Amino acid sequence: MSDKILELKKVSRYFGSVIALEDIDMEVNAGEVHCLLGDNGAGKSTLIKTLAGVHKPSKGEYFYEGERVEFSSPRDALDRGIATVYQDLALVPLMSITRNFFMGREITRGWGPFKQFDQDRADQIALDGLAEMGIKVRDPQQVVGTMSGGERQCLAIARAIHFGARVLILDEPTAALGVKQTSNVLRVVAQARAKGLAVILITHNVHHAYPVADRFTLLNRGRSMGTFLKSEVTREQVLEMMAGGEEMEKLEAELAEFTRSDEATA
Amino acid sequence: MSVNHAQQSDAEATNADERVREVSILNRLLSRPELGSVSGAVLVFLFFIIVAGDSGMFSPDGVLNWSMVSAQLGIIAIGACVLMIAGEFDLSIGSMIGFAGMMIAIPTMYWDWPVWTSIIFAFALALSIGFTIGTIVVRTGLPSFIVSLAFLFILRGLTIALAIMFTNRTIVGGVRGAAEGDLLAAAFGGEIGGWLFQWLADVGWLQSFPDGTPIITGIPMIIIWWFLLATIASWVLLRTKYGNWIFATGGDAKAAKNVGVPTNKVKIGAFMFTAFCATVLAACQVLEFGSAAADRGLLKEFEAIIAVVIGGALLTGGYGSVIGACFGALIFGVVQMGIYFSGIDSDWFRVFLGGMLLLAVMFNNAIRRRVTGAAQ
Repeated sequence: MSDKILELKKVSRYFGSVIALEDIDMEVNAGEVHCLLGDNGAGKSTLIKTLAGVHKPSKGEYFYEGERVEFSSPRDALDRGIATVYQDLALVPLMSITRNFFMGREITRGWGPFKQFDQDRADQIALDGLAEMGIKVRDPQQVVGTMSGGERQCLAIARAIHFGARVLILDEPTAALGVKQTSNVLRVVAQARAKGLAVILITHNVHHAYPVADRFTLLNRGRSMGTFLKSEVTREQVLEMMAGGEEMEKLEAELAEFTRSDEATA
Repeated sequence: MSVNHAQQSDAEATNADERVREVSILNRLLSRPELGSVSGAVLVFLFFIIVAGDSGMFSPDGVLNWSMVSAQLGIIAIGACVLMIAGEFDLSIGSMIGFAGMMIAIPTMYWDWPVWTSIIFAFALALSIGFTIGTIVVRTGLPSFIVSLAFLFILRGLTIALAIMFTNRTIVGGVRGAAEGDLLAAAFGGEIGGWLFQWLADVGWLQSFPDGTPIITGIPMIIIWWFLLATIASWVLLRTKYGNWIFATGGDAKAAKNVGVPTNKVKIGAFMFTAFCATVLAACQVLEFGSAAADRGLLKEFEAIIAVVIGGALLTGGYGSVIGACFGALIFGVVQMGIYFSGIDSDWFRVFLGGMLLLAVMFNNAIRRRVTGAAQ
């Protein structure tokens, strides 16, 4: 578990006068699911965009595979093996699974002007890539628009893994998914970990994060509240540490108040 | 798909999601973009075989007649189709036909250029205008509807103004004489297969005039270009990585860009291809009729778009078929000539066109919902 692949040291990011991130320290190991938790506005998006090469740190250092890096673009980070699956998934609904899988990185056969997309081999690779993640697809020619949200998420993840990702950043992969689909996506996340990838999972839902995560980093208003091993904290403690914790407690207290007053009037 | 895929997916089906249902052949056919235009073409043929079967519409010269009308529209519909799949429009196609034609005729007739040089000159100009339109669209992010509308007027105005300036007239004729013996000119204005038709006439299978020349002397190059462009465009779209990029760019430009598709280049390339197709048509017309007219191609952009939409393409991009667009153009040609042959008042042609367009759009919408399922 000490196979450190990615590290941030005292990273800050400012947008004009706005402090989006301040003094973030973070370590991610190969073969772990590192969960990034925080309420809306905690700086999760800025942090992953910094990791993915969209933003450059205003201050601090970014180490990848032991060396200090400064990515000039997301493409740069991707070429080094840091793949980000954003919420829009970068899938085209009107195109087939295979065509989406290879979009922008088509495999071809033939030569010169007669070079063409190798449909059969691409179908097979897409099928195998998905099967490896535990997703069964009948027909790789099926259009992505007919797939469920969970299946699309899994497809986007399988694609990133196939094209050589070593660090997989998942932005709210379980948002807007049902219970069963969520567990499918989390299973794929566990598969990726088993393959030795480092997975950075962003979410504000502790219940989704807790079963699959190895470590948690909590963000609140642009600052890190520390990184915790799963064995060190309980689900409730994590929930409490997030800004949402107090709010939830308050809400529970209020709800209890309602019930009491209901009983009183009855 | 190969056989072993089918077997494999059958084996998997037993433990796959139980809600995946068998998709019937009919459903598969229904999700092809060409379906509407192919069945439309069949219906139109049946109708005119019944109504105008004995009017000469289906005699060899009748067939040639509506084939040429279809080919004229088909060539520009192919360009418009590729562009629409890439998610953009070009309303300047019609003006481009007039402009490119004039750019072949003026240098040939007034500057004494060889015809082949004029043709290359016109193509170079058209491609650079296509490049300009595309670049403006991707750089500014303005809707291509507006940008190409501007070029509709700019190019039409330029065509008339330049024609007046250099020749003092709006119709420049005499190109045919100048094109005598020019190979590149023959590639647009000539015919092929003359020996075949001569032989057919000699054997008596084809009618001929009293002096022995057959009523059809060959297949005009415009029809050859139509088939050639349709084949190449279709192959590129369905079988190459560039085709994948075109579909992806039109389907969701942001997603495509995020995975490394050069969407701007794809769009600019599609605009250039559209201009190329318009110039092919212009060259065929100029060299066939021997003249260029400043008003040529008027309203053709709309006819091209109608053919493309009848062919199953979505106005929003990312879905469509060149073969479908060609069948759309065929419907066009057959109906236009059929109405003429059957003696129906030709004003009805426009009514029919509008009706077809409306039907096609509603049909396509339903198809899209079917293709993308309820998830969309």
